[in-house]
Amino acid sequence: MTNIRESAEAGTAVAEPLGTELDVAARKIEGRSPWRLAMQRLLHDRASMISLGVIGFIILVAIFAPVVAAITGHGPNQQFTAPVGLTVDGQPLGPSSHFWLGTDTLGRDILVRIAYGTRVSLIVGVLASVISVAIGALVGLAAGYLGGLTDTILARLMDLLLAIPFLLLAISLVTVIGPGLVVLLIVIGFLGWASVGRIIRGQVLSIREKEYVEAARSLGAGPWRIMFIDILPNVIAPIIVYTSLLIPVSIVAEASLSYLGVGIPPPTPDWGAMIADSQTVFLYGAWWYLVFPSMALLITTLAFNIFGDGVRDAFDPRGGQLFT
Amino acid sequence: MNADTTASTPAPAPDGDVLLRVENLVKYFPVQSAALFRRNREFVHAVDGVSLEVRRGQTLGLVGETGCGKSTLARCVTRLYDLTSGRITFDGHDISKLRPRQMRPFRREMQMIFQDPYGSLNPRRRVGSIIGDPFAIHKTATGAERKRRVQEVMELVGLNPEHFNRFPAEFSGGQRQRIGVARALAFRPKLIICDEPVSALDVSIQAQIINLLADLQSELGLTYVFIAHDLSVVRHVSNRVAVMYLGQVTELAPVEDLWVHPRHPYTDALLSAVPIPDPDKSGQRERIILAGDVPSPILPPSGCRFHPRCPKAAPTCVDKDPVLEPRLGDGPDHLAACHFPVQDGEDISKSRPTISADERVIESGLLGGA
Repeated sequence: MTNIRESAEAGTAVAEPLGTELDVAARKIEGRSPWRLAMQRLLHDRASMISLGVIGFIILVAIFAPVVAAITGHGPNQQFTAPVGLTVDGQPLGPSSHFWLGTDTLGRDILVRIAYGTRVSLIVGVLASVISVAIGALVGLAAGYLGGLTDTILARLMDLLLAIPFLLLAISLVTVIGPGLVVLLIVIGFLGWASVGRIIRGQVLSIREKEYVEAARSLGAGPWRIMFIDILPNVIAPIIVYTSLLIPVSIVAEASLSYLGVGIPPPTPDWGAMIADSQTVFLYGAWWYLVFPSMALLITTLAFNIFGDGVRDAFDPRGGQLFT
Repeated sequence: MNADTTASTPAPAPDGDVLLRVENLVKYFPVQSAALFRRNREFVHAVDGVSLEVRRGQTLGLVGETGCGKSTLARCVTRLYDLTSGRITFDGHDISKLRPRQMRPFRREMQMIFQDPYGSLNPRRRVGSIIGDPFAIHKTATGAERKRRVQEVMELVGLNPEHFNRFPAEFSGGQRQRIGVARALAFRPKLIICDEPVSALDVSIQAQIINLLADLQSELGLTYVFIAHDLSVVRHVSNRVAVMYLGQVTELAPVEDLWVHPRHPYTDALLSAVPIPDPDKSGQRERIILAGDVPSPILPPSGCRFHPRCPKAAPTCVDKDPVLEPRLGDGPDHLAACHFPVQDGEDISKSRPTISADERVIESGLLGGA
């Protein structure tokens, strides 16, 4: 008898701290939305956090480009003639204490121009991605949920857009309308949504067969309500992931168009245009003009890519589920 | 305070105690073809001429194998699907041809409870918002009023109203099904169609949900259509039972009548498969093993659809479609669609069909008809 009582007491003595521990665990578990779980996974991913830091730094550079100009004392379009900004032969100057990253063919400070070039890259990269994902999501939702004729028309439209050679259309559009930020946004943003649209459409097709969509219909919900309240929250994860993966693609697309001379018109600083310009003097030994803008482009796209991968992993830890 | 829930509801027409009447309901699904421009010629005969009535305050059980059209029937009744043909009268109103907008006032009056408690709740939305959906969709209550009513109905189904802000993932299967019940009850509908509401739950939880549904029925005077493939569950909850096979009702009877005097060989076979919790009795009983599989609903058999598997099949069964009517002197409540109904005490496990296997026409399409 005493033994049993003792062991029972021992049991409760052990159970008590265990119980409080469980309480703590229960309190922690409460209210953890899928969002918060994804955010936690993202915060624990070191590569994502480092790339996020790099992205933050790039954004700061874009915002504070005038500060860079003030520190160096050189404006983005200020030309320095020989012997200050160019050699006596009229060639670019290499990195020095005066021009940290050297000068370009017109004797302008490459560092300041890279800093200003960040603005165009980020604006086009982010805006064009948001535009294409927004259009793609809307079209995908409509095509996937409404189905029927709507789906047929929209799906063919997406096929059509994907069949258009992007660069050729971009170049011809720019030559017709004239170069500028708006054209870049139209070309990259409004023509790039087809692939997003397809992905979202596929997702919606599987979600619309779920019983909770049927439940909403049986309650009398209309198609708009079902699309935006019942289905959209369930495709928001791929939308975010796709946006973050599309940004580097858009940045590269912008740089490519500028490289081909159909992007932002000079003298506005732009990485792609700088890389194109550098080729004229690269053979004469001006490696810095090619290397530094390329590195800026490389680091930016790499940071966004790694971060985008991290976002995808965070939202879909099992892998492979998101884009089926 | 509840005026809004009845405001736009049509007044019930004087139609006795029948709440829902289904007449000759047909639903065909076109078989998807991959070709871009080819028209579909083949159809799945999911529901093929079903007629039945559901009486106010009662429960109609709907049983049958997977794929026999139970769920399609349910979705036709709630007009989630458009009908191929037939007529549905709900509370005296013909709803079979209403457009979605015209259907809305009726949606408050008939609700569905779904099979899968995981699939039927949107994982990205909080429970309060899911249960509050009916109020939001019909714009009857907002803000604090909506929250109060949601919590009221949560309490009614045995959920903790404090859990208003949780996500479905934080609940167990049984609790999730309670959430589904709560959503269906939000407007205190007249008719609830339960599409296998317990088959995804484990047995102890099944009992809880069934008892909850039974309590709610007596408390709120609900009418149920209860779809299941578990016969013991159906027996427990139903007043009347309709047995379906390949898109048709083969037998329709009060529950005890059906259990004691099954008329259709298919019903008999189904009942013989119910486990008996007594080893002595279950040893004595002869199980009726049906031959073959359920034929394709794309080209259903001619005549009686059950004839290719029926132990009592005869030439008549191949040629003539049996009518659903009282057989062997049964009352007007007990209907069976069989040319050779099972006698009381007859053991059909010893019967042999009087036609050879070759004569059993599996696909009516081979006859060039249908």
